[in-house]
Amino acid sequence: MKRFASLIKKLDSTNKTNVKVEALATYFKEAPDTDKVWTIAILSHRRPPRPINTTLLRSWASELSNIPLWLFEESYHIVGDLAETIALVIPNSQTETEKSLTQFLKEIIDLKKKEEAEKKEYLLDNLKELNYYERFVFVKFITGGFRIGVSQKLMTKALAKATQIDEDVLAFKLMGNWDPNTISFHDLVIEEKPSDFLSKPYPFYLAYAVEEEIEKLGDVTEWSVEHKWDGIRAQVIIRDGNIFVWSRGEELVSDKYPEFHEFVNYVPNGTVIDGEILPFSEGVIGTFNDLQTRIGRKTVSKALLAKTPVVLRAYDLLEWEGKDIRDLKFQERRAILEELVQDLSNSRIEKATPLQLSEKMYFDSWEQVTLERNKAREKRSEGLMLKRKGSPYLVGRKKGDWWKWKVDPLTIDAVLTYAMRGHGRRSNLFTDYTFALWDDKHKELVTFAKAYSGLTDAEFRKVDAWIKKNTLERFGPVRSVTPELVFEIAFEGIALSKRHKSGIATRFPRILRWRQDKKIQDANTLEDLKAMIPSKEKLHE
Amino acid sequence: MKTPLLVFNENGIYCEAADVYIDPWRKVKKAIITHGHADHSRWGHQQYITHHTNVPIIKHRLGDINVTGKDYRETFIINNVKFSFHPAGHIVGSSQVRVEHKGEIWVFTGDYKIEDDGISAPYEPVTCHTFITECTFGLPAFRWIPQHEVFEDINSWWSSNREEGKTSILFGYSLGKAQRLLKHLDTSIGKIFTHGAIENMTNVIRPLVELPETTLITASITKEELKGSIVVAPPSAHGSTWIRKMVPYETASASGWMTFRGARRRRAIDKGFVLSDHCDWQGLLTAIKATGAEKIISTHGYTDIFSRYLRELGYDARTEKTQFEGELAELETKKESEVNT
Repeated sequence: MKRFASLIKKLDSTNKTNVKVEALATYFKEAPDTDKVWTIAILSHRRPPRPINTTLLRSWASELSNIPLWLFEESYHIVGDLAETIALVIPNSQTETEKSLTQFLKEIIDLKKKEEAEKKEYLLDNLKELNYYERFVFVKFITGGFRIGVSQKLMTKALAKATQIDEDVLAFKLMGNWDPNTISFHDLVIEEKPSDFLSKPYPFYLAYAVEEEIEKLGDVTEWSVEHKWDGIRAQVIIRDGNIFVWSRGEELVSDKYPEFHEFVNYVPNGTVIDGEILPFSEGVIGTFNDLQTRIGRKTVSKALLAKTPVVLRAYDLLEWEGKDIRDLKFQERRAILEELVQDLSNSRIEKATPLQLSEKMYFDSWEQVTLERNKAREKRSEGLMLKRKGSPYLVGRKKGDWWKWKVDPLTIDAVLTYAMRGHGRRSNLFTDYTFALWDDKHKELVTFAKAYSGLTDAEFRKVDAWIKKNTLERFGPVRSVTPELVFEIAFEGIALSKRHKSGIATRFPRILRWRQDKKIQDANTLEDLKAMIPSKEKLHE
Repeated sequence: MKTPLLVFNENGIYCEAADVYIDPWRKVKKAIITHGHADHSRWGHQQYITHHTNVPIIKHRLGDINVTGKDYRETFIINNVKFSFHPAGHIVGSSQVRVEHKGEIWVFTGDYKIEDDGISAPYEPVTCHTFITECTFGLPAFRWIPQHEVFEDINSWWSSNREEGKTSILFGYSLGKAQRLLKHLDTSIGKIFTHGAIENMTNVIRPLVELPETTLITASITKEELKGSIVVAPPSAHGSTWIRKMVPYETASASGWMTFRGARRRRAIDKGFVLSDHCDWQGLLTAIKATGAEKIISTHGYTDIFSRYLRELGYDARTEKTQFEGELAELETKKESEVNT
């Protein structure tokens, strides 16, 4: 445990990625194998099930630190992290423990089955023996959610450095279901299996946003235009009778989308498709909100599959007949892809394949392109993608051949009504805001969105100071504030929603600017917001 | 009902019987000043009374003012009200103010800490009926570790940066924290450089406290000279062009706020040392107990939470709104520039 806690302390005391990688790599070289396996498990979000609920945890922590519960709760609101709060309020230990990380985690797993009194005794006994960082880590194991500025990708990079194994291969090895309690470091990481390379994806080619007038891209006939679909960019690999689905975050998500598993039956082996996962039922693309119900789930229920089925809209073909074809021209790659999808839809009349083609368009003038872009919201896309017909498939974000041309965000002026302290680097600062619009009679403010980003640090500090002076009521961590400040809120999409008090859900709301020139009377109304909903959707209403 | 000995009005903490203010935030005739930080000693009063070691400090900050210096525990009487200064242990020249009138005794702490920092006159508890206390860190999450341990950490951080050929940049408020840091840096490790704001203030304090040699960073100082050295700078220098010359460097901040992991990450500082010139939670409770006071007024910090807890302990405790900022002032770059002017 000492070694792991001091690793976390090191990771915590630097802002530099390379220092973090170095610290982790050193750990992976020196720690005992079982601890390494557990470290990988924890940093890839495989925590043991929560043995103690947080209500009990808070009450026991306040008891051990000899402060009333309300005072503990107030401290928690300000510190912004439960494990950190507990680590802070409990006095430092006089004794030490040599128990290993593995030992602690095994005990925490066993703890779940124990009686409440035993749980309490275990918690109190151990907290007394740990120093600050050990306490922090120990409580994090119990509460779960080990987010400490180390992504799975960073951890994998460090592991690759320590073991000299290819990073992508490691990423695959660490996927899926394995039990840190039983698997050995050798089996998990070291042992070479040919299947490790079977799933290897290609790096995604990413586009920059168009910055200047669209005409500057030159001859319009050199460009192929597509809609920029608002789902999850994904790479689907079919090799040796297996299917692997990688998301852009380089996460293997094959299990989350069972719809695609049938591809192995009719897409030839040695095929890699770049596309977008989209919610799609009864011939209509759903909203991103719909897709969100699928993203969070590790396993997908039958009911959810029926309610929110997904499709893959194919953009591009990266591998064909087992060969890397990224150097071919876009046009040529597309031709093969189109033929593949066309054949499939011809041969599968009884049941449509969830493999669809993202429609490619050619235009004679930039005016026509602009008109098409104006239809983006109606078509449930974020805007257009412009791809040079002769372009190869490059690696990473590159300028020149591919551009994204998003529609401008929708904006509305709203009033700040509630604020909450942020977490992590924003703890102790009010940075999480709730915004409201006027009702139809312009009498009451109705909550419509929450936003956390868009202001500079200096602006956040100013608004934070204002909130502290203009608090009306406190509800735990939340404060209602005098309606006075107006902000321009930008968002990407908009849809009707039963889950929202306002009846409307906005996609990716964020603060565009602080309208210090506006009074609350100048803020928009819910009617104004409703008017922004695409007409197609209104018909459904 | 008779008027309380000290009241809080729009100008500051007011003693009506003596017609004098303590640490007023608006311009007044006569001001008793606890210490030299900007939120406690403001510009524009007709007359200042403060501890004599604070005189050069506020003169440096506020220019040519009409100021009288007193000793600790020296009684001075204004309209039959007895006043005296007592060490607050916050920074050099800092005091608590004791006010006595018709047998009733009030004490205002200004800012204070009970740990002896080696450069300020150490805090002394003063018996009183009503105790007006700051509570910047009035939350059980704040628990300081002894200063010698913190300085061991700071010095070993400096050493290891030096071994890696890096410059160490340590941020601390130019008045108080900076001199405390200087006093306890291990000069056998290397050379200490300073930012102009720190150098100026330190020169004012040198006659009062023995401090190690420092070198002001000027245009003629080369990158090579800085390598392996430590630079003490105000927080406002973080992220400035001034710092770029020192690449490769490691940054650290010394403040009570470094208790929070988030506070350090928010400032994009490599390392945070928890070192404060204010009391921690236990420090506040210990200090309050030692005064024997029954009435406790909290002025700045987590006042509502702190007062509620004191009431549960049986004190007659309440909160008064002031314009003091405590250690928050140390974080704001704007405040720092005010100090320099």
